[in-house]
Amino acid sequence: MSNQDYYGGGQQQYYPPQGPPPGQGGYYPQQPPQSYQGGPPPQGYGQQPYGGQYQPQPPPQTVYVLPAGALKNVSTAVGARATTFRTVSRVRFASSSSTSSSAFQSFLSSRATLASATIAAVGSVAWYTHLYGTLPFLGEVHANSPEEEGLHSPHYPWSHSGLLDTFDHASIRRGYQVYREVCAACHSLDRIAWRNLVGVSHNVDEVRAMAEEVEYEDGPDDKGEMFQRPGKLFDYMPPPYPNEESARAGNAGALPPDLSLIVKARHGGPDYIFALLTGYTDPPAGFEIRDGMNYNPYFPGNAISMARVLFDGLVEYDDGTPATTSQMAKDVVTFLNWASEPEHDERKKAGLKAVILFSALTAISLYVKRFKWSYIKSRKIFYNPPVDKTH
Amino acid sequence: MSVSTIFYNTIVKRNSVFVTSIFAGAFAFGVGFDIGVTAFWDRWNRGKQWKDLRQKHVQEE
Ligand code: HEC
Repeated sequence: MSNQDYYGGGQQQYYPPQGPPPGQGGYYPQQPPQSYQGGPPPQGYGQQPYGGQYQPQPPPQTVYVLPAGALKNVSTAVGARATTFRTVSRVRFASSSSTSSSAFQSFLSSRATLASATIAAVGSVAWYTHLYGTLPFLGEVHANSPEEEGLHSPHYPWSHSGLLDTFDHASIRRGYQVYREVCAACHSLDRIAWRNLVGVSHNVDEVRAMAEEVEYEDGPDDKGEMFQRPGKLFDYMPPPYPNEESARAGNAGALPPDLSLIVKARHGGPDYIFALLTGYTDPPAGFEIRDGMNYNPYFPGNAISMARVLFDGLVEYDDGTPATTSQMAKDVVTFLNWASEPEHDERKKAGLKAVILFSALTAISLYVKRFKWSYIKSRKIFYNPPVDKTH
Repeated sequence: MSVSTIFYNTIVKRNSVFVTSIFAGAFAFGVGFDIGVTAFWDRWNRGKQWKDLRQKHVQEE
């Protein structure tokens, strides 16, 4: 496609601006061409009187107004390719007319129709994708079978899942107890120090007492020897194994992962861990499982080294909550969720403040914009053609 | 005198007063906004936060 296609194949070129052909208006269409005939040429603008021979003009420095028919002429000159453009422009001009066909056409070309058709298209694809997990009409090939990926966990109604919901701290407290009495036998919790529990699930005296029950190695003292001392608030949670090798050796070669960030580290987060802890069943017929491995449909590969650890009544809660398997799983997952996101409550509160402030500021700036522009938008610009004083 | 004139004469006219009142206003708004949001927050999350539990565990000792 060349320039010629755009500018009408060399006929009736409008750029560089030369003014329209004779008799079709001029830079100032309000003035009929005849008005200059016989009179002296207007001062300072073109030495050639209009209406006589047509001469190309240099581009004027001032803004000029196209004659009313100019757009139509361009589209005629450009030819068949301009049909769409012409239709659209005609429809737009005719949008106030009341005939049924043009009402239909203006419905077709209205912005609301475009917007709602777009929303309907995007919405139905999104809905399909949400429902079936894949885009419509696009096949997918997976290297993994669903079994190898593990069953998708259902969504559970966590007490902290809402946008404005904090953790249930009573549940964190019970969950810490479950972690301490059950999971801590195999899993470390490296990134949580005793002091982190203060003001979250326990008061400072309770935490100090819990820390003192654990011996930590410290030193060297002034004789250069390491010594044992009771734990303090700043100490981190004691690991069950001194190193990875002994952890593997104690668990038939499988490493129990550190649980500090486990909720963030697993697809499905708290839902997955809850489903994993409560999802142990007998393997289905025909599923071969090695000795020492356990069947769990939610674990990728379905064979996990960790056996089922939670059974009804395993711990005794000091607030009297019945310690069922699912209650303990819920509490320990809430605790682990807190361990992964200790800033969670403050973050949501700051988010609420930010939403309030930023929406107020947005409303104010929209108002100020409209206020300032109201003057510009409602003014009128008049053009007073020079009066020909010779008549 | 209209409200805007009073506002202009008492606050905006002197720059020292104007700047001081902006700073004081920002401080007061910050405190007030925080109190408001926290009141709503504690009502929405009633019984879930540590401050709701605390009493129970202090009495045990
Ligand atoms: C007897 C030791 C033991 C106990 C007790 C134990 N686990 Fe495990 N856990 C393991 C081992 C071993 C693995 C590694 C499993 C594997 O990779 O096959 C594991 C893995 C996990 C995983 C990771 C699963 C994944 O997707 O990779 C989570 C989460 C977990 N345990 C949570 C817990 C929780 C919560 C508790 C306490 C209620 C607990 N475990 C108690 C030994 C244990």
